[in-house]
Amino acid sequence: MERFRYFEDVVSLEFDKDKCIGCGLCAIVCPHGVFALTRDHKAQMTARNQCMECGACMRNCPALAITVEAGEGCVRGVINELLGIEGPCC
Amino acid sequence: MNAPSADKGMAFLPMAKKVPTGAGEFKLPSIDQSFVQGTVATSVGTVPQVGTELTRQDKHEHYLVRWNIGRDHFTVEPGLYAVGRPDAGSLVLVGANYKMSFDLLRQALAGRDCWLLILNTKGINVWCAAGKGTFGTEELLDRLQASRLDAIVSHRQLIVPQLGAPGLAAHEVKKYSGFRVTYGPISLKDLPEFLDNGLQATPGMRRKTFPLRERIVLIPVELMQGLKQGIPLMLFFLLIGGLAGRGHFAGAALIHGLPPALAVLIGIISGTVLTPLFLPRLPGRAFSCKGAIAGFSLFVLFFAATSSLTHGYSYLEQVSWLLLTLAVSSWLGMAFTGASTFTSLNGVKKEMLRAMPLQFFSLVAGILSWAIALRMY
Ligand code: SF4
Ligand code: SF4
Repeated sequence: MERFRYFEDVVSLEFDKDKCIGCGLCAIVCPHGVFALTRDHKAQMTARNQCMECGACMRNCPALAITVEAGEGCVRGVINELLGIEGPCC
Repeated sequence: MNAPSADKGMAFLPMAKKVPTGAGEFKLPSIDQSFVQGTVATSVGTVPQVGTELTRQDKHEHYLVRWNIGRDHFTVEPGLYAVGRPDAGSLVLVGANYKMSFDLLRQALAGRDCWLLILNTKGINVWCAAGKGTFGTEELLDRLQASRLDAIVSHRQLIVPQLGAPGLAAHEVKKYSGFRVTYGPISLKDLPEFLDNGLQATPGMRRKTFPLRERIVLIPVELMQGLKQGIPLMLFFLLIGGLAGRGHFAGAALIHGLPPALAVLIGIISGTVLTPLFLPRLPGRAFSCKGAIAGFSLFVLFFAATSSLTHGYSYLEQVSWLLLTLAVSSWLGMAFTGASTFTSLNGVKKEMLRAMPLQFFSLVAGILSWAIALRMY
């Protein structure tokens, strides 16, 4: 996915290594390969800037080790949010 | 930064919410649907069996939906379906009730015997529905119960598309239903290989890419939405140009109204066709920037090709057209972030905060300079 990159350092993804129990699910569910398991059986963020804030890792982490401000990255959605209305994104 | 607060954590627990009335009541989908070919008798009732070949009617519907026609009611009944002749040991695949997704899923399962558990995502595809949470833990648990799946199959495994993961927590499904979630590949084209390999996904199957083929499929919907927003603006220019310009309405509309209307059209095409098409090649990371560059390029090409028709116009008027193209193409290019597969919410917010003032300025300046040029004429 190197061909497709969005901005650097804007994503809200945070990972707490101490809480991680090394189940590996974050590495499985992430569509952009952001997480990988290390030799000491902990997850590691290897490509944080590729994160699209879909929330799959957070939702599936049984140890609550991951937080991300998940949402649909779409213009309609952001405008709806700014105007305080509930609206469809896609 | 964003430590999960207690109540946020609770919201993920499906049972913490009030169970809606009627949830989990026994229900199997109707056999009176176009794609149902037969039935499979089970201990709990008759499960509709679906065909794995798409008919011309199905393909025709897909075509219309890709042009944004009939998209709102393109659903199948949620619930349990059979593919082939499944039994108690057969795999269960989970899907969405958007008919397009459903059709492609059953097509990918040709020649197999398995169960399909279709969630009610209100006719939205798995990924978008997962983002909204309609493809989620609660709906899955409801549907499992309503279908009495635990009585139909002897194993406790569900295959859920990986793109459904944002809406669903595997460990919660396990905790509340006993069913273990195995995430299948992102793309349906990898599904047969995944199933043949004993449910093993290669790393490539887990990555969401955005190839040309997928971007092209999105163009019609983008174009229709762009036209919906842009046509009123084009009519505005034709109308005001015709009324305010000198001479006959039609003549004045043609001379003063048509060029800015065309500039808007160029902006629409640039933002909704060229931007998706050339996405990785257009410079800049911001989609608004990609859109503006596409718009500038098409503008220059178009007005260079028709320069013999435009040399009578003042610079001011020509600049006004360019500003209009840039505003529209940049805006619609930015809107394509919604369909792209790698843009993040915070990234889009940041881009919007920076780009929208410029787009607005460009639009207003374009209209004003056009109006001034019209007065001076
Ligand atoms: S899902 Fe959570 S616990 Fe499992 S490896 Fe990833 S961070 Fe660690
Ligand atoms: S939010 Fe989505 S894209 Fe970002 S790391 Fe988690 S799974 Fe990957």
